[in-house]
Amino acid sequence: MISAVIRAGWLNLRRDRAALILSFIVPIVFFSIFAAIFGAQRSKTPRTTLAIADEDRTERSKQLIEALRAEKALRIVESAKDDPNKFNAATAEAYVREGGAPVALVIPKGFANWKLDFAGTEGGPAFRLLADSADPVADQVVNGLLQKTIMTSMPDMMMTSGVDAVDKWSGGLSPQQRATIQQNMDQFKVLRAAAPGTVKASTGELIKITKTDIMGENKSNVVVALYAAGIGVMFLLFTASNAGGALLEEAESGTLDRILTTRVNMTMLLLGKHAYLWTLGFMQLAVMFLWGAAIFKLDLFNHLTGFFMMAIPTTFCTAAFGLLLASFCRTRAQLGAISTLVVLTVSALGGSMFPRFMMPEKLQKAGLVLFNSWALEGFTNVFWRETPLSALLVPMAMLMGFGIVFFVAARQLVKRWEVA
Amino acid sequence: MPPIEIDNVVKSFNGRRALDGVSLTLGDGEFLGLLGPNGAGKSTLVRTIMGRVRPDSGEVRIFGRPAPAADNRSREQVGIVPQEIALYPNLSSRENLNVFGRYLGLKGTALAEAITHALGWAALSDRKDEPVKNLSGGMKRRLNMAAGVLHRPRVLLLDEPTVGVDPQSRERIYEMIEGLAADGVSLIYTTHYMEEAERLCKRVAIIDHGKIIAQGTKDELVRATVGDKREVVMVEKVPTLESVFLHLTGRELRE
Repeated sequence: MISAVIRAGWLNLRRDRAALILSFIVPIVFFSIFAAIFGAQRSKTPRTTLAIADEDRTERSKQLIEALRAEKALRIVESAKDDPNKFNAATAEAYVREGGAPVALVIPKGFANWKLDFAGTEGGPAFRLLADSADPVADQVVNGLLQKTIMTSMPDMMMTSGVDAVDKWSGGLSPQQRATIQQNMDQFKVLRAAAPGTVKASTGELIKITKTDIMGENKSNVVVALYAAGIGVMFLLFTASNAGGALLEEAESGTLDRILTTRVNMTMLLLGKHAYLWTLGFMQLAVMFLWGAAIFKLDLFNHLTGFFMMAIPTTFCTAAFGLLLASFCRTRAQLGAISTLVVLTVSALGGSMFPRFMMPEKLQKAGLVLFNSWALEGFTNVFWRETPLSALLVPMAMLMGFGIVFFVAARQLVKRWEVA
Repeated sequence: MPPIEIDNVVKSFNGRRALDGVSLTLGDGEFLGLLGPNGAGKSTLVRTIMGRVRPDSGEVRIFGRPAPAADNRSREQVGIVPQEIALYPNLSSRENLNVFGRYLGLKGTALAEAITHALGWAALSDRKDEPVKNLSGGMKRRLNMAAGVLHRPRVLLLDEPTVGVDPQSRERIYEMIEGLAADGVSLIYTTHYMEEAERLCKRVAIIDHGKIIAQGTKDELVRATVGDKREVVMVEKVPTLESVFLHLTGRELRE
């Protein structure tokens, strides 16, 4: 008897394509996506893009830049694309704000005459890291590699600094000098105690580096700003594909046939459904961002214009995508399986589940063909980078373009229901 | 001008002929029964009349004008009651009628009056706010009919409207249909229940394998097939099970 139950189970599964897809295809696809993203990072050093503004402009600063360029973990950028002028501190910061790089390094003026700060008590210029804290790893990587590069790749500087340090601290090692060293060390302890902030800033560092979080410093909750858009767009897709399934229910129940004998034709029906899904999606996104503002202090009300500019084309596009999925499928069950597979895949590759900067470069570029990556790009510009509204025009145009293509494709697919 | 003329319509699906040269005319105010076994082509013919099937050849004319497939404007005087319960299950009876009334071009007072009339006609006024999914099979069938007549069509196509309903609901549906016929609506009624056709239809067309194999009044069909022969059969009058059922449970609607 039990074997008959087992047999019935397998027979049912074999005939249920939706269940088969969910059982075998979805896990394989997701395994592949995660393996591609994280596996690639393990097998090859992930490269962090570093924008460099050289304010020193000496042979020594050039030597440092070349040494950093030789680091496999870094991709050095000295000017914006199509801009012949090299970065200064302001343009490097703007470059980071636009998302060109997660971190910028400003080599300070006077670096050529600069000495290692063994005691952490010296004044003088410090390297400045201008970081986008959306990528919490990048500035740490640059910080470590900068110190390593200076220590290993600039021996002349090390030597000069060392001699200076001995000269400064030993005094020739005579008894009198030993006394002097002791005295200076005591003085160092006093200085260390007197200026804990300064010493703390360079604890374990011979090189002075100050980090400025140029993106998140004034934001109350940096993670919410990024994930509100990511999760919001992913659930828009689920909602749109699920609601688009009403079309399949109508086809299965005969309601569609009845509707198409009235004054409503297929184009009108599809336009009506798109308008419904569009408004539904907009309300869903609005509720989500309002919740974020109320509970997680997402700064919605200072970015209302940007929110509207991105939410309208995003929901236009996701509504059309839901209709496309529904019109592609033959049954509601099939839609459930296929939409789960497609929405999760698109969300993973488009950056809804984890930031795209964590992905290998090839996947990051491939993600740009996905409409949701443009939505996330736009929302990130609004809430995170706080770029001028003109920076939203490209994502808006891309989303509207994708939406129109999806709608036209859906209209073609539903022709099969029009007239037999 | 006959409300509907079907002229030599042929339609095949995947090489199989569903309609094989069908010609048929529905006269003004006529009640035509379209009889045939399952798969004979009844529903395909109804869908062709409604423009949902494009004939491979032949033509459908409505009030004398050619009515090409998908041209719904030419069919505004035609109503359809599909075989399926083609309604929104989560919407109430009133909401369903409101939606389909709008689809049919009604609005404002005309729509409100049409809904009130249709609910009364289908004996659903007291259940107007109930979601359709909670209604009984008979109620759904009646609402399905009501949604087809909201715009007061001059011609109504009924595709097996009594499938799966209890005898009481069937009686009520018969009364609704007879009321439409009395109002002068021209009707095409598909069924494979002979007793329904005998009771309701003045003229009958029999379709099988996509062809009209006979048409006429009951007497004409008898004459054409059995002729003037009379078979005298002595039968003890035994009530049918249905008459027993109706005798015991009554003819009143229970819903």
